[in-house]
Amino acid sequence: MDKMIEIRWHGRGGQGAKTASQLLADAAFMAGKFVQSFPEYGPERSGAPITAYNRISDERCCVHSNIYEPDYVAVVDETLLESVDVCAGLKENGAVIINSAKDPEEYRELLRGYKGRVCTIDAREISLRNLGAYFPNTPMLAAVVAVSACVDREQFLQDMEGSYRHKFAKKPQVVEGNLKCLREAMDEVKG
Amino acid sequence: MSIRERLSGNEAIATAMRQINPDVFAMFPITPSTEIPQYYAQYVADGRVDTEFITVESEHSSLSACLGAEAAGVRAVTATSSAGLSFMNEVLYVAASSRLPVVLAVACRALTGPININHDYSDSMAERDSGFIQIYAENNQEVYDNYLQAHRIAEHPDVRLPLMICEDGFITSHAIENIELEEDEAVKKFVGEYHPENYLLKKENPLAVGPYGVSNYYMEARVAQAQAMKNAKKVILEVAADFEKTFGRSYSFFEAYKMEDAEIAMVIMGSSAGTAKAAVDQLRAEGVKAGLIKIRVFRPFPGEELAAVLKGVKAVAVMDKSEGFSACGGPLFAETAGACINMPDRPLMVDIVFGLGGRDFTVDAALSVYDRLKNIAATGEAGELYTHMGQRER
Repeated sequence: MDKMIEIRWHGRGGQGAKTASQLLADAAFMAGKFVQSFPEYGPERSGAPITAYNRISDERCCVHSNIYEPDYVAVVDETLLESVDVCAGLKENGAVIINSAKDPEEYRELLRGYKGRVCTIDAREISLRNLGAYFPNTPMLAAVVAVSACVDREQFLQDMEGSYRHKFAKKPQVVEGNLKCLREAMDEVKG
Repeated sequence: MSIRERLSGNEAIATAMRQINPDVFAMFPITPSTEIPQYYAQYVADGRVDTEFITVESEHSSLSACLGAEAAGVRAVTATSSAGLSFMNEVLYVAASSRLPVVLAVACRALTGPININHDYSDSMAERDSGFIQIYAENNQEVYDNYLQAHRIAEHPDVRLPLMICEDGFITSHAIENIELEEDEAVKKFVGEYHPENYLLKKENPLAVGPYGVSNYYMEARVAQAQAMKNAKKVILEVAADFEKTFGRSYSFFEAYKMEDAEIAMVIMGSSAGTAKAAVDQLRAEGVKAGLIKIRVFRPFPGEELAAVLKGVKAVAVMDKSEGFSACGGPLFAETAGACINMPDRPLMVDIVFGLGGRDFTVDAALSVYDRLKNIAATGEAGELYTHMGQRER
Protein backbone atom coordinates (compact mmCIF):
# COMPACT_ATOMS: atom_id res chain seq x y z
CA MET A 1 0.00 0.00 0.00
CA ASP A 2 1.73 3.18 -1.14
CA LYS A 3 -0.96 5.70 -0.28
CA MET A 4 -3.54 6.45 2.36
CA ILE A 5 -6.90 4.67 2.17
CA GLU A 6 -9.91 6.66 3.35
CA ILE A 7 -13.19 4.95 4.22
CA ARG A 8 -16.57 6.35 5.19
CA TRP A 9 -19.17 4.30 7.04
CA HIS A 10 -22.92 5.01 6.96
CA GLY A 11 -25.26 3.50 9.49
CA ARG A 12 -27.98 4.38 11.94
CA GLY A 13 -27.39 5.21 15.58
CA GLY A 14 -27.20 1.96 17.54
CA GLN A 15 -26.32 -0.31 14.58
CA GLY A 16 -22.61 -0.22 15.18
CA ALA A 17 -21.13 1.73 12.24
CA LYS A 18 -18.80 3.41 14.73
CA THR A 19 -17.86 0.01 16.18
CA ALA A 20 -17.25 -1.38 12.69
CA SER A 21 -14.91 1.52 11.95
CA GLN A 22 -13.08 0.82 15.21
CA LEU A 23 -12.77 -2.89 14.34
CA LEU A 24 -11.29 -1.98 10.97
CA ALA A 25 -8.81 0.35 12.70
CA ASP A 26 -7.89 -2.52 15.04
CA ALA A 27 -7.30 -4.88 12.13
CA ALA A 28 -5.13 -2.36 10.29
CA PHE A 29 -3.29 -1.46 13.50
CA MET A 30 -2.47 -5.14 14.09
CA ALA A 31 -1.12 -5.29 10.54
CA GLY A 32 1.33 -2.52 11.43
CA LYS A 33 -0.49 0.46 9.91
CA PHE A 34 -1.18 3.94 11.19
CA VAL A 35 -4.91 4.32 11.70
CA GLN A 36 -7.62 6.80 12.45
CA SER A 37 -11.17 5.84 13.42
CA PHE A 38 -13.58 8.58 14.35
CA PRO A 39 -17.32 9.12 14.47
CA GLU A 40 -19.29 12.15 13.38
CA TYR A 41 -22.11 12.80 15.78
CA GLY A 42 -25.31 14.57 14.98
CA PRO A 43 -28.22 14.38 17.40
CA GLU A 44 -27.62 11.44 19.72
CA ARG A 45 -30.62 9.24 19.14
CA SER A 46 -31.19 5.66 18.15
CA GLY A 47 -31.98 5.22 14.45
CA ALA A 48 -30.68 8.59 13.22
CA PRO A 49 -28.19 8.41 10.33
CA ILE A 50 -24.59 8.49 11.58
CA THR A 51 -21.24 8.54 9.87
CA ALA A 52 -17.89 7.13 10.92
CA TYR A 53 -14.53 7.33 9.21
CA ASN A 54 -11.22 5.51 8.79
CA ARG A 55 -7.84 6.59 7.51
CA ILE A 56 -5.26 3.85 7.05
CA SER A 57 -1.70 4.62 6.00
CA ASP A 58 1.97 3.74 6.41
CA GLU A 59 2.75 7.07 8.12
CA ARG A 60 0.95 9.03 10.81
CA CYS A 61 -1.73 11.22 9.26
CA CYS A 62 -1.94 14.71 10.74
CA VAL A 63 -5.20 15.69 9.00
CA HIS A 64 -8.16 15.71 11.37
CA SER A 65 -11.02 16.79 9.15
CA ASN A 66 -13.89 14.59 8.02
CA ILE A 67 -13.48 12.63 4.78
CA TYR A 68 -15.17 14.12 1.71
CA GLU A 69 -13.57 12.07 -1.08
CA PRO A 70 -13.36 8.53 0.31
CA ASP A 71 -11.80 5.59 -1.50
CA TYR A 72 -14.50 3.28 -0.11
CA VAL A 73 -17.94 3.67 1.39
CA ALA A 74 -19.55 1.03 3.61
CA VAL A 75 -23.32 1.10 4.12
CA VAL A 76 -24.45 -0.87 7.17
CA ASP A 77 -28.17 -0.15 6.61
CA GLU A 78 -29.48 -0.29 3.04
CA THR A 79 -32.58 1.76 3.95
CA LEU A 80 -30.28 4.77 4.18
CA LEU A 81 -29.79 4.75 0.42
CA GLU A 82 -33.10 6.53 -0.16
CA SER A 83 -32.36 9.43 2.15
CA VAL A 84 -28.56 9.76 2.17
CA ASP A 85 -26.30 10.32 -0.85
CA VAL A 86 -23.83 7.71 0.38
CA CYS A 87 -21.67 7.97 -2.76
CA ALA A 88 -21.10 11.73 -2.40
CA GLY A 89 -17.45 12.36 -3.28
CA LEU A 90 -16.69 8.63 -3.57
CA LYS A 91 -13.78 8.03 -5.94
CA GLU A 92 -14.78 6.24 -9.15
CA ASN A 93 -11.86 3.83 -8.83
CA GLY A 94 -13.09 2.96 -5.33
CA ALA A 95 -16.20 1.04 -4.32
CA VAL A 96 -19.37 1.14 -2.27
CA ILE A 97 -20.10 -1.91 -0.11
CA ILE A 98 -23.72 -2.37 0.90
CA ASN A 99 -25.09 -4.72 3.53
CA SER A 100 -27.82 -6.44 1.51
CA ALA A 101 -28.99 -9.78 0.11
CA LYS A 102 -29.62 -8.17 -3.29
CA ASP A 103 -27.33 -8.12 -6.31
CA PRO A 104 -25.13 -5.02 -6.69
CA GLU A 105 -26.69 -3.97 -10.01
CA GLU A 106 -30.10 -3.60 -8.34
CA TYR A 107 -28.69 -0.56 -6.50
CA ARG A 108 -27.28 1.38 -9.46
CA GLU A 109 -30.32 3.64 -9.70
CA LEU A 110 -30.39 4.46 -6.00
CA LEU A 111 -26.71 5.43 -6.06
CA ARG A 112 -27.34 8.68 -7.94
CA GLY A 113 -25.11 8.06 -10.92
CA TYR A 114 -22.10 6.50 -9.16
CA LYS A 115 -20.10 4.81 -11.92
CA GLY A 116 -17.57 2.87 -9.82
CA ARG A 117 -17.70 -0.60 -8.32
CA VAL A 118 -20.79 -1.60 -6.33
CA CYS A 119 -20.57 -4.55 -3.92
CA THR A 120 -23.10 -6.23 -1.68
CA ILE A 121 -22.67 -8.54 1.26
CA ASP A 122 -25.50 -10.47 2.93
CA ALA A 123 -24.28 -9.81 6.46
CA ARG A 124 -27.57 -10.97 7.97
CA GLU A 125 -27.46 -14.40 6.37
CA ILE A 126 -23.78 -14.95 7.14
CA SER A 127 -24.18 -13.80 10.74
CA LEU A 128 -27.33 -15.91 11.38
CA ARG A 129 -25.70 -18.96 9.76
CA ASN A 130 -22.55 -18.78 11.89
CA LEU A 131 -23.51 -17.00 15.09
CA GLY A 132 -27.24 -17.68 15.36
CA ALA A 133 -27.95 -13.98 15.75
CA TYR A 134 -27.66 -10.81 13.66
CA PHE A 135 -24.30 -9.05 14.21
CA PRO A 136 -23.72 -7.15 10.95
CA ASN A 137 -20.30 -5.74 11.94
CA THR A 138 -18.23 -8.88 11.60
CA PRO A 139 -19.24 -9.70 7.99
CA MET A 140 -19.17 -6.00 7.03
CA LEU A 141 -15.64 -5.65 8.38
CA ALA A 142 -14.47 -8.67 6.39
CA ALA A 143 -16.20 -7.42 3.23
CA VAL A 144 -14.51 -4.02 3.51
CA VAL A 145 -11.12 -5.65 4.04
CA ALA A 146 -11.70 -7.96 1.04
CA VAL A 147 -12.80 -5.15 -1.30
CA SER A 148 -10.33 -2.47 -0.19
CA ALA A 149 -7.36 -4.83 0.33
CA CYS A 150 -6.28 -2.39 3.05
CA VAL A 151 -4.91 -5.38 4.97
CA ASP A 152 -3.56 -8.67 3.60
CA ARG A 153 -6.24 -11.38 3.82
CA GLU A 154 -4.20 -14.07 5.59
CA GLN A 155 -2.66 -11.62 8.03
CA PHE A 156 -6.12 -10.18 8.73
CA LEU A 157 -7.60 -13.61 9.51
CA GLN A 158 -4.64 -14.55 11.68
CA ASP A 159 -4.72 -11.26 13.65
CA MET A 160 -8.48 -11.47 14.12
CA GLU A 161 -8.19 -15.03 15.43
CA GLY A 162 -5.68 -13.82 18.03
CA SER A 163 -7.94 -10.93 18.91
CA TYR A 164 -11.06 -13.16 19.26
CA ARG A 165 -9.18 -15.72 21.36
CA HIS A 166 -8.21 -12.90 23.71
CA LYS A 167 -11.60 -11.16 23.69
CA PHE A 168 -13.62 -14.37 24.09
CA ALA A 169 -11.21 -16.11 26.46
CA LYS A 170 -14.18 -17.05 28.68
CA LYS A 171 -16.36 -18.33 25.81
CA PRO A 172 -14.00 -19.92 23.26
CA GLN A 173 -16.95 -21.64 21.56
CA VAL A 174 -17.86 -18.41 19.75
CA VAL A 175 -14.39 -17.90 18.24
CA GLU A 176 -14.85 -20.38 15.42
CA GLY A 177 -18.24 -18.88 14.43
CA ASN A 178 -16.77 -15.39 14.22
CA LEU A 179 -13.83 -16.60 12.16
CA LYS A 180 -16.18 -18.43 9.79
CA CYS A 181 -18.18 -15.20 9.50
CA LEU A 182 -15.04 -13.37 8.40
CA ARG A 183 -13.89 -16.02 5.94
CA GLU A 184 -17.29 -16.55 4.36
CA ALA A 185 -17.94 -12.82 4.08
CA MET A 186 -14.62 -12.35 2.28
CA ASP A 187 -15.58 -15.12 -0.15
CA GLU A 188 -19.23 -14.21 -0.61
CA VAL A 189 -19.01 -10.45 -1.20
CA LYS A 190 -20.62 -9.76 -4.59
CA GLY A 191 -19.62 -7.26 -7.26
CA MET B 1 10.55 1.02 26.08
CA SER B 2 7.40 2.57 24.72
CA ILE B 3 4.39 0.47 23.93
CA ARG B 4 2.73 0.67 20.51
CA GLU B 5 -1.01 1.10 21.04
CA ARG B 6 -4.10 2.65 19.50
CA LEU B 7 -6.32 4.69 21.79
CA SER B 8 -8.77 7.57 21.73
CA GLY B 9 -7.80 10.83 23.43
CA ASN B 10 -10.11 10.03 26.33
CA GLU B 11 -8.59 6.60 26.85
CA ALA B 12 -5.11 8.10 26.58
CA ILE B 13 -5.95 10.52 29.41
CA ALA B 14 -7.51 7.74 31.52
CA THR B 15 -4.40 5.63 30.91
CA ALA B 16 -2.09 8.43 32.03
CA MET B 17 -4.26 8.89 35.15
CA ARG B 18 -4.12 5.15 35.88
CA GLN B 19 -0.34 5.15 35.59
CA ILE B 20 -0.10 8.14 37.93
CA ASN B 21 -2.70 6.72 40.33
CA PRO B 22 -3.82 10.02 41.95
CA ASP B 23 -5.19 9.98 45.50
CA VAL B 24 -8.61 11.39 44.58
CA PHE B 25 -10.73 11.46 41.43
CA ALA B 26 -14.04 13.32 41.90
CA MET B 27 -16.29 12.84 38.87
CA PHE B 28 -19.44 14.15 37.28
CA PRO B 29 -20.11 13.09 33.67
CA ILE B 30 -20.59 15.35 30.64
CA THR B 31 -20.14 14.69 26.90
CA PRO B 32 -17.52 14.35 25.42
CA SER B 33 -15.35 13.89 28.54
CA THR B 34 -17.55 11.20 30.15
CA GLU B 35 -15.42 8.28 28.96
CA ILE B 36 -12.50 9.47 31.10
CA PRO B 37 -14.20 8.72 34.45
CA GLN B 38 -15.89 5.72 32.78
CA TYR B 39 -12.55 4.09 31.96
CA TYR B 40 -11.21 5.13 35.35
CA ALA B 41 -14.13 3.56 37.20
CA GLN B 42 -13.19 0.27 35.52
CA TYR B 43 -9.58 0.61 36.73
CA VAL B 44 -10.91 1.21 40.25
CA ALA B 45 -13.25 -1.80 39.99
CA ASP B 46 -10.42 -3.99 38.69
CA GLY B 47 -8.16 -2.93 41.56
CA ARG B 48 -5.55 -1.46 39.20
CA VAL B 49 -5.52 1.84 41.14
CA ASP B 50 -6.25 2.71 44.76
CA THR B 51 -7.66 6.17 44.07
CA GLU B 52 -10.55 7.43 46.17
CA PHE B 53 -13.15 7.66 43.38
CA ILE B 54 -15.94 10.03 44.41
CA THR B 55 -19.15 10.36 42.42
CA VAL B 56 -20.68 13.75 43.16
CA GLU B 57 -23.81 15.61 42.08
CA SER B 58 -22.37 18.35 39.87
CA GLU B 59 -19.20 19.81 38.37
CA HIS B 60 -19.21 22.53 41.00
CA SER B 61 -18.97 19.70 43.52
CA SER B 62 -16.42 17.61 41.61
CA LEU B 63 -13.94 20.46 41.54
CA SER B 64 -14.81 21.41 45.13
CA ALA B 65 -14.04 17.85 46.24
CA CYS B 66 -10.70 18.05 44.42
CA LEU B 67 -10.02 21.37 46.07
CA GLY B 68 -10.71 19.88 49.50
CA ALA B 69 -8.46 16.92 48.79
CA GLU B 70 -5.62 19.11 47.52
CA ALA B 71 -5.98 21.39 50.54
CA ALA B 72 -5.59 18.31 52.72
CA GLY B 73 -2.31 17.61 50.94
CA VAL B 74 -3.02 14.96 48.31
CA ARG B 75 -3.16 14.70 44.51
CA ALA B 76 -6.64 15.21 43.03
CA VAL B 77 -7.94 15.10 39.46
CA THR B 78 -11.17 15.42 37.52
CA ALA B 79 -12.45 15.83 33.97
CA THR B 80 -15.17 17.85 32.30
CA SER B 81 -16.41 19.69 29.19
CA SER B 82 -18.46 22.67 28.10
CA ALA B 83 -21.21 23.66 30.54
CA GLY B 84 -19.54 21.47 33.15
CA LEU B 85 -16.46 23.67 33.02
CA SER B 86 -18.65 26.78 33.17
CA PHE B 87 -20.37 25.39 36.24
CA MET B 88 -16.93 24.99 37.84
CA ASN B 89 -16.14 28.64 37.17
CA GLU B 90 -16.37 29.89 40.75
CA VAL B 91 -14.31 26.99 42.10
CA LEU B 92 -11.64 27.32 39.37
CA TYR B 93 -10.74 30.72 40.77
CA VAL B 94 -10.72 29.38 44.33
CA ALA B 95 -8.39 26.51 43.38
CA ALA B 96 -6.00 28.85 41.57
CA SER B 97 -5.93 31.57 44.23
CA SER B 98 -5.59 28.94 46.99
CA ARG B 99 -2.63 27.63 44.96
CA LEU B 100 -3.99 24.08 44.84
CA PRO B 101 -2.50 22.13 41.91
CA VAL B 102 -5.57 20.15 40.78
CA VAL B 103 -5.18 18.65 37.31
CA LEU B 104 -8.35 19.01 35.25
CA ALA B 105 -8.80 17.26 31.90
CA VAL B 106 -11.06 19.21 29.54
CA ALA B 107 -12.49 17.69 26.36
CA CYS B 108 -13.20 21.09 24.82
CA ARG B 109 -16.73 21.57 23.56
CA ALA B 110 -18.90 24.48 22.48
CA LEU B 111 -21.05 26.36 24.93
CA THR B 112 -24.78 26.94 24.51
CA GLY B 113 -26.35 28.23 22.40
CA PRO B 114 -27.68 26.76 20.34
CA ILE B 115 -27.06 23.61 22.36
CA ASN B 116 -24.19 21.74 20.74
CA ILE B 117 -22.01 18.81 21.82
CA ASN B 118 -19.16 19.33 19.36
CA HIS B 119 -15.76 20.91 19.52
CA ASP B 120 -14.58 24.45 19.87
CA TYR B 121 -12.74 26.34 22.62
CA SER B 122 -15.68 28.38 23.98
CA ASP B 123 -15.46 26.50 27.28
CA SER B 124 -11.72 26.66 27.98
CA MET B 125 -11.27 30.19 26.57
CA ALA B 126 -14.01 31.44 28.88
CA GLU B 127 -11.77 30.29 31.76
CA ARG B 128 -8.53 31.77 30.44
CA ASP B 129 -8.44 34.31 33.28
CA SER B 130 -9.21 31.78 36.03
CA GLY B 131 -5.55 31.31 36.99
CA PHE B 132 -5.32 27.75 35.62
CA ILE B 133 -2.38 26.80 33.46
CA GLN B 134 -3.77 25.65 30.08
CA ILE B 135 -2.01 23.15 27.83
CA TYR B 136 -3.51 22.14 24.46
CA ALA B 137 -2.84 19.17 22.18
CA GLU B 138 -3.00 18.33 18.49
CA ASN B 139 -3.72 14.61 18.91
CA ASN B 140 -3.98 11.71 21.36
CA GLN B 141 -0.19 11.39 21.69
CA GLU B 142 0.19 15.00 22.74
CA VAL B 143 -2.73 14.74 25.19
CA TYR B 144 -1.05 11.75 26.82
CA ASP B 145 2.37 13.38 26.90
CA ASN B 146 0.95 16.65 28.25
CA TYR B 147 -0.83 14.74 30.99
CA LEU B 148 2.38 13.01 32.04
CA GLN B 149 3.97 16.45 32.47
CA ALA B 150 0.96 18.10 34.14
CA HIS B 151 1.43 17.20 37.81
CA ARG B 152 5.11 18.10 37.85
CA ILE B 153 4.39 21.56 36.44
CA ALA B 154 1.36 22.24 38.63
CA GLU B 155 2.92 20.96 41.87
CA HIS B 156 6.32 22.62 41.45
CA PRO B 157 7.01 24.78 44.56
CA ASP B 158 7.59 27.85 42.36
CA VAL B 159 4.23 27.33 40.62
CA ARG B 160 1.55 25.60 42.72
CA LEU B 161 -1.22 26.34 40.28
CA PRO B 162 -4.03 24.15 38.97
CA LEU B 163 -3.72 23.01 35.40
CA MET B 164 -6.06 22.16 32.52
CA ILE B 165 -5.09 19.49 30.01
CA CYS B 166 -7.18 20.42 26.98
CA GLU B 167 -8.07 18.07 24.12
CA ASP B 168 -10.45 18.68 21.23
CA GLY B 169 -13.88 17.22 21.99
CA PHE B 170 -14.74 14.27 19.71
CA ILE B 171 -12.00 15.15 17.17
CA THR B 172 -9.35 14.01 19.65
CA SER B 173 -11.38 12.64 22.56
CA HIS B 174 -13.22 10.07 20.42
CA ALA B 175 -10.75 9.46 17.58
CA ILE B 176 -8.72 6.28 17.83
CA GLU B 177 -5.18 6.71 16.54
CA ASN B 178 -1.78 5.11 17.04
CA ILE B 179 -0.01 6.17 20.21
CA GLU B 180 3.26 5.40 21.99
CA LEU B 181 2.54 4.69 25.65
CA GLU B 182 5.24 4.51 28.28
CA GLU B 183 5.68 1.74 30.86
CA ASP B 184 3.76 2.22 34.13
CA GLU B 185 6.92 2.22 36.21
CA ALA B 186 8.70 4.72 33.96
CA VAL B 187 5.68 7.06 34.20
CA LYS B 188 5.50 6.74 38.00
CA LYS B 189 9.20 7.50 38.21
CA PHE B 190 8.93 10.50 35.90
CA VAL B 191 5.90 12.03 37.63
CA GLY B 192 7.10 11.28 41.16
CA GLU B 193 5.16 11.48 44.40
CA TYR B 194 3.46 14.56 45.76
CA HIS B 195 4.74 15.88 49.08
CA PRO B 196 3.58 19.47 49.52
CA GLU B 197 5.55 21.54 51.96
CA ASN B 198 2.47 22.76 53.81
CA TYR B 199 -1.17 21.74 53.82
CA LEU B 200 -4.35 22.13 55.83
CA LEU B 201 -3.97 18.92 57.85
CA LYS B 202 -0.24 19.05 58.54
CA LYS B 203 0.02 18.58 62.32
CA GLU B 204 3.33 20.37 62.78
CA ASN B 205 2.37 23.40 60.74
CA PRO B 206 -1.35 23.53 59.91
CA LEU B 207 -2.23 25.90 57.08
CA ALA B 208 -5.29 28.12 56.63
CA VAL B 209 -6.75 27.73 53.14
CA GLY B 210 -9.14 30.25 51.56
CA PRO B 211 -9.22 33.01 54.18
CA TYR B 212 -10.81 36.41 53.62
CA GLY B 213 -8.40 38.91 52.04
CA VAL B 214 -9.06 42.49 52.98
CA SER B 215 -7.90 45.28 50.66
CA ASN B 216 -4.67 45.48 52.62
CA TYR B 217 -3.75 41.92 51.61
CA TYR B 218 -5.76 41.01 48.49
CA MET B 219 -3.49 42.70 45.98
CA GLU B 220 -0.32 41.08 47.36
CA ALA B 221 -1.96 37.67 47.04
CA ARG B 222 -2.92 38.40 43.41
CA VAL B 223 0.54 39.67 42.52
CA ALA B 224 2.08 36.53 44.07
CA GLN B 225 -0.33 34.44 42.00
CA ALA B 226 0.67 36.37 38.86
CA GLN B 227 4.31 35.68 39.68
CA ALA B 228 3.54 31.96 39.99
CA MET B 229 2.10 32.05 36.47
CA LYS B 230 5.27 33.72 35.21
CA ASN B 231 7.37 31.09 37.06
CA ALA B 232 5.34 28.38 35.31
CA LYS B 233 7.03 29.30 32.03
CA LYS B 234 10.44 28.21 33.29
CA VAL B 235 9.06 25.06 34.91
CA ILE B 236 7.12 24.06 31.77
CA LEU B 237 10.36 24.14 29.77
CA GLU B 238 12.31 22.26 32.47
CA VAL B 239 9.72 19.50 32.66
CA ALA B 240 9.57 19.33 28.84
CA ALA B 241 13.37 18.98 28.70
CA ASP B 242 13.30 16.13 31.22
CA PHE B 243 10.39 14.55 29.34
CA GLU B 244 12.41 14.60 26.12
CA LYS B 245 15.42 13.14 27.87
CA THR B 246 13.30 10.39 29.43
CA PHE B 247 10.83 9.54 26.65
CA GLY B 248 12.31 11.16 23.56
CA ARG B 249 9.42 13.38 22.48
CA SER B 250 10.02 17.11 22.37
CA TYR B 251 7.70 19.87 23.63
CA SER B 252 7.81 23.60 24.21
CA PHE B 253 5.35 26.53 24.51
CA PHE B 254 4.42 26.10 20.88
CA GLU B 255 5.48 24.18 17.82
CA ALA B 256 6.98 26.34 15.04
CA TYR B 257 6.31 24.36 11.85
CA LYS B 258 8.42 25.37 8.84
CA MET B 259 8.80 28.88 10.25
CA GLU B 260 12.55 29.40 9.59
CA ASP B 261 12.06 31.41 6.39
CA ALA B 262 8.27 31.74 6.45
CA GLU B 263 6.74 34.85 4.86
CA ILE B 264 3.14 33.93 5.66
CA ALA B 265 1.97 32.04 8.73
CA MET B 266 -0.97 30.86 10.76
CA VAL B 267 -1.20 30.88 14.54
CA ILE B 268 -3.55 28.05 15.46
CA MET B 269 -4.33 25.49 18.19
CA GLY B 270 -5.26 21.85 18.58
CA SER B 271 -6.23 19.28 15.95
CA SER B 272 -6.79 21.97 13.31
CA ALA B 273 -3.05 22.63 13.41
CA GLY B 274 -2.45 19.11 12.09
CA THR B 275 -4.86 19.69 9.22
CA ALA B 276 -3.21 23.04 8.45
CA LYS B 277 0.24 21.37 8.43
CA ALA B 278 -0.91 19.32 5.43
CA ALA B 279 -1.70 22.64 3.69
CA VAL B 280 1.74 24.02 4.62
CA ASP B 281 3.40 20.91 3.16
CA GLN B 282 1.44 21.32 -0.07
CA LEU B 283 2.38 25.01 -0.33
CA ARG B 284 6.04 24.34 0.46
CA ALA B 285 6.10 21.79 -2.38
CA GLU B 286 4.93 24.63 -4.66
CA GLY B 287 7.67 26.91 -3.36
CA VAL B 288 5.41 29.09 -1.20
CA LYS B 289 7.12 30.14 2.04
CA ALA B 290 4.28 29.19 4.36
CA GLY B 291 4.61 28.26 8.03
CA LEU B 292 2.51 27.58 11.09
CA ILE B 293 2.68 28.08 14.82
CA LYS B 294 0.71 25.69 16.98
CA ILE B 295 0.14 27.11 20.45
CA ARG B 296 0.53 24.39 23.08
CA VAL B 297 0.65 26.51 26.23
CA PHE B 298 -2.01 29.23 26.26
CA ARG B 299 -1.66 30.02 29.99
CA PRO B 300 0.95 31.24 30.73
CA PHE B 301 0.94 32.88 27.27
CA PRO B 302 4.40 32.73 25.65
CA GLY B 303 4.18 36.27 24.28
CA GLU B 304 7.89 37.11 23.98
CA GLU B 305 8.81 33.78 22.43
CA LEU B 306 5.92 33.98 19.97
CA ALA B 307 6.81 37.53 18.93
CA ALA B 308 10.41 36.43 18.31
CA VAL B 309 9.23 33.76 15.86
CA LEU B 310 6.75 36.10 14.14
CA LYS B 311 9.35 38.83 13.65
CA GLY B 312 9.92 39.44 9.98
CA VAL B 313 6.94 37.36 8.81
CA LYS B 314 4.93 39.45 6.32
CA ALA B 315 1.37 38.32 7.04
CA VAL B 316 -0.15 36.28 9.87
CA ALA B 317 -3.63 34.80 10.29
CA VAL B 318 -4.59 34.09 13.89
CA MET B 319 -7.16 31.28 13.95
CA ASP B 320 -9.62 31.56 16.82
CA LYS B 321 -11.81 28.55 17.56
CA SER B 322 -14.01 30.50 19.94
CA GLU B 323 -16.02 33.66 19.44
CA GLY B 324 -15.20 36.07 22.23
CA PHE B 325 -17.90 38.57 21.17
CA SER B 326 -15.47 41.42 21.58
CA ALA B 327 -16.44 42.72 18.12
CA CYS B 328 -12.71 43.07 17.36
CA GLY B 329 -11.37 39.49 17.38
CA GLY B 330 -11.07 36.34 19.46
CA PRO B 331 -8.87 35.64 22.51
CA LEU B 332 -5.93 34.08 20.64
CA PHE B 333 -5.81 37.13 18.35
CA ALA B 334 -5.82 39.56 21.27
CA GLU B 335 -2.90 37.71 22.89
CA THR B 336 -0.90 37.33 19.67
CA ALA B 337 -1.39 40.94 18.59
CA GLY B 338 -0.59 42.11 22.12
CA ALA B 339 2.61 40.06 22.16
CA CYS B 340 3.83 41.90 19.03
CA ILE B 341 2.79 45.40 20.10
CA ASN B 342 6.25 46.94 20.57
CA MET B 343 8.01 44.97 17.87
CA PRO B 344 9.37 47.14 15.02
CA ASP B 345 9.00 44.52 12.21
CA ARG B 346 5.67 43.16 13.26
CA PRO B 347 3.65 41.33 10.61
CA LEU B 348 0.31 42.42 9.23
CA MET B 349 -2.19 40.40 11.17
CA VAL B 350 -5.81 39.29 10.77
CA ASP B 351 -8.09 37.25 12.97
CA ILE B 352 -10.26 34.45 11.57
CA VAL B 353 -12.91 32.83 13.75
CA PHE B 354 -13.58 29.29 12.50
CA GLY B 355 -14.73 25.80 13.44
CA LEU B 356 -17.39 26.79 15.95
CA GLY B 357 -19.59 23.99 17.31
CA GLY B 358 -17.74 21.32 15.34
CA ARG B 359 -17.84 23.07 11.92
CA ASP B 360 -15.24 21.07 10.03
CA PHE B 361 -11.87 22.61 9.13
CA THR B 362 -10.34 21.05 6.02
CA VAL B 363 -7.01 21.23 4.20
CA ASP B 364 -8.79 23.27 1.50
CA ALA B 365 -10.02 25.72 4.13
CA ALA B 366 -6.46 26.12 5.41
CA LEU B 367 -5.24 26.67 1.83
CA SER B 368 -7.81 29.45 1.41
CA VAL B 369 -6.41 31.16 4.52
CA TYR B 370 -2.90 31.04 3.04
CA ASP B 371 -4.30 32.44 -0.24
CA ARG B 372 -5.61 35.41 1.69
CA LEU B 373 -2.24 35.80 3.44
CA LYS B 374 -0.41 35.75 0.08
CA ASN B 375 -2.58 38.64 -1.01
CA ILE B 376 -1.98 40.58 2.22
CA ALA B 377 1.78 40.05 1.90
CA ALA B 378 1.76 41.14 -1.75
CA THR B 379 -0.39 44.26 -1.32
CA GLY B 380 0.71 45.31 2.15
CA GLU B 381 -2.96 45.76 3.00
CA ALA B 382 -4.35 43.65 5.86
CA GLY B 383 -7.97 44.31 4.81
CA GLU B 384 -10.72 43.39 7.22
CA LEU B 385 -9.18 42.70 10.64
CA TYR B 386 -11.70 40.27 12.04
CA THR B 387 -13.76 37.82 9.99
CA HIS B 388 -15.42 34.41 10.23
CA MET B 389 -14.94 31.47 7.88
CA GLY B 390 -16.83 28.29 7.06
CA GLN B 391 -20.31 29.63 7.78
CA ARG B 392 -23.10 29.50 5.19
CA GLU B 393 -24.11 32.84 3.68
CA ARG B 394 -27.74 33.43 2.87
